[in-house]
Amino acid sequence: MTDSLIIAGKELNSRLFIGTGKFSRKDLIGDVLEQSQSEVVTVALRRVDLDSKDDNILDYIPKRCQIMPNTSGARTADEAVRIARLAKACGCGNWIKIEVINDNKYLLPDNLETLKAVETLVKEGFTVLPYMSPDLSMAKRMVSAGAAAIMPLGAPIGTNRGIKTKELVRIMIDEITIPIIVDAGLGRPSEAAVCMEIGASAVLVNTAIATAENPAKMAKSFALAVRAGRLAYLSGITPKNKRNLIAEPSSPLTGFLFNEGKDS
Amino acid sequence: MSYYPILQKYNGLDFQNIFDTTTDSDIERAISAESINELALLHLLSIKAASKIESIAERSKELTTQYFGKTISLYTPIYLSNYCTNKCPYCGFNASSKIERKQLTEIELEREAEFISDQGFQHVIILTGESKQIAPLSYIESCVKILKKRFSSISIEIYPLTETEYKRLIDLGVDGLTLYQEVYNQSIYKNLHQGGAKENYLFRLNAPERALSQGMRTVSIGALLGLNNWRKEVFFAATHARYLQDKFSSSEISISTPRIQPQVNQFKPEVIVSNRDLVQIITALRIFLPRVGINLSTRESRALRDNLIRLGVTKISAQSSTAVGGHTASNNTSSPQFETADKRSLKEIKDHLLNCGYQPVFKDWVSF
Repeated sequence: MTDSLIIAGKELNSRLFIGTGKFSRKDLIGDVLEQSQSEVVTVALRRVDLDSKDDNILDYIPKRCQIMPNTSGARTADEAVRIARLAKACGCGNWIKIEVINDNKYLLPDNLETLKAVETLVKEGFTVLPYMSPDLSMAKRMVSAGAAAIMPLGAPIGTNRGIKTKELVRIMIDEITIPIIVDAGLGRPSEAAVCMEIGASAVLVNTAIATAENPAKMAKSFALAVRAGRLAYLSGITPKNKRNLIAEPSSPLTGFLFNEGKDS
Repeated sequence: MSYYPILQKYNGLDFQNIFDTTTDSDIERAISAESINELALLHLLSIKAASKIESIAERSKELTTQYFGKTISLYTPIYLSNYCTNKCPYCGFNASSKIERKQLTEIELEREAEFISDQGFQHVIILTGESKQIAPLSYIESCVKILKKRFSSISIEIYPLTETEYKRLIDLGVDGLTLYQEVYNQSIYKNLHQGGAKENYLFRLNAPERALSQGMRTVSIGALLGLNNWRKEVFFAATHARYLQDKFSSSEISISTPRIQPQVNQFKPEVIVSNRDLVQIITALRIFLPRVGINLSTRESRALRDNLIRLGVTKISAQSSTAVGGHTASNNTSSPQFETADKRSLKEIKDHLLNCGYQPVFKDWVSF
């Protein structure tokens, strides 16, 4: 049985998306992609230097991968839109991860400006993946505006704290019909597995891989964790409270029902 | 609102008493806390904290890697003009200095820009002395227009401007401002800056806010280390940075830690800031402000810079000349503002960063 993820008509076999910032060498990204077999790679347009006389980050991304430029540095919807257009003009394709951040202290996204950028860019024909704080009603608006997937944060960017927003993300997974991709904050493969177990469609990891001692190995371990978590989700995990249903010896709350009539 | 009332409030602190009574456990708590307040910053800047420098440095390195990754941004200065009406005794461009004065013409700047851009630089910072007659805003504007064609980020390190003037430069594509208060202690400032427009302490202190209020994307501030007790000066620079970060959260705030270097006037600094002190300063700043950029210029030696990049620094200048037209002038006739110590070529610095496990980043902004 195939279990591919489809975004904007593109079939993806890997559910681990990779971020390209923070690596000690650009060429490490090639090894990371080889080991993880990831197929979607996000690149900050602000870091892309097509005129560079040295190596270019895009040189290390194999053709099989979908490049997803991001609007890192945008403070408003308007700036995000302009960066997205530039990305397309630079030949970075049609996908865009919207990142609008007004808060350089915690790097938390501005959901309202993000929504405005989604509305504009969808109309211009982009495949738009907004990065956002997990907020169900905002996510629904993003869906209505035509987002291709929703990328809620697990914890603030770069914090490696894990899926701190689990309950909110779980609700989004239940209620939103398009793919939910947990982006930011995942520090360990086990945390990526948790995201997949609760039904996320994919996860995006950057810092935890880029700053590991061996990024390529860490990328592989994330890839394995993502597959394990996905498989667990598809296998129908036994809910934690199910054991009670099976193993309950007596019925202190409802036992009276079975005694009805006996006393009368 | 400005930082000034906050600075005045902090002036009432008994710094010496806090530094003298800091305990080992105060320092340990500051190192291990999720985030620290002003008092904990003072603990990290205390004399006693020097004995725990390795643990402080470890925490600083960890935070820097977490938020900036294994990357170091590179930029280079372009000195446009050394005409100056100020009399800062620590600066080579001081109005009383008997140096040859020079200002780049547009053609000279084109040549300088071409040379720098051929090296691979994408981020530049333009500098002038303070002479609004000889290097007026219109001159700066025409320089920015020339540079805009070649570079993705242009910062200015020039005399403080009004809001309207900052707006004009931002509209032309300037995205960064560097402006050091030099010394936060107002009476020392007054003694050092007599005559010239720089006399106005508050106009300088509030300049970063004026630029930020107009949408300046990055602002770098700092105290010139050596003019006063560095523990206090760093505290003021750090709390100034935090104030700006809180008030203008969409902009990126950076801090520099320039130490006075020898220049033509043979100025003797009031205070000597040792290498050990500088490490304490950079690492304490990182723990107090985990996401601020920390700049280090070529005024520091190659060996020291190589060690500091691992501890908290995120941006370094390279292949700098502090003389007007210094990148292309074959025989440097113009005098430098101060002596640079790290004279390595860009290629040497780049290779060295890669060997140390850091990606040199040349482009980290896109002009649109």
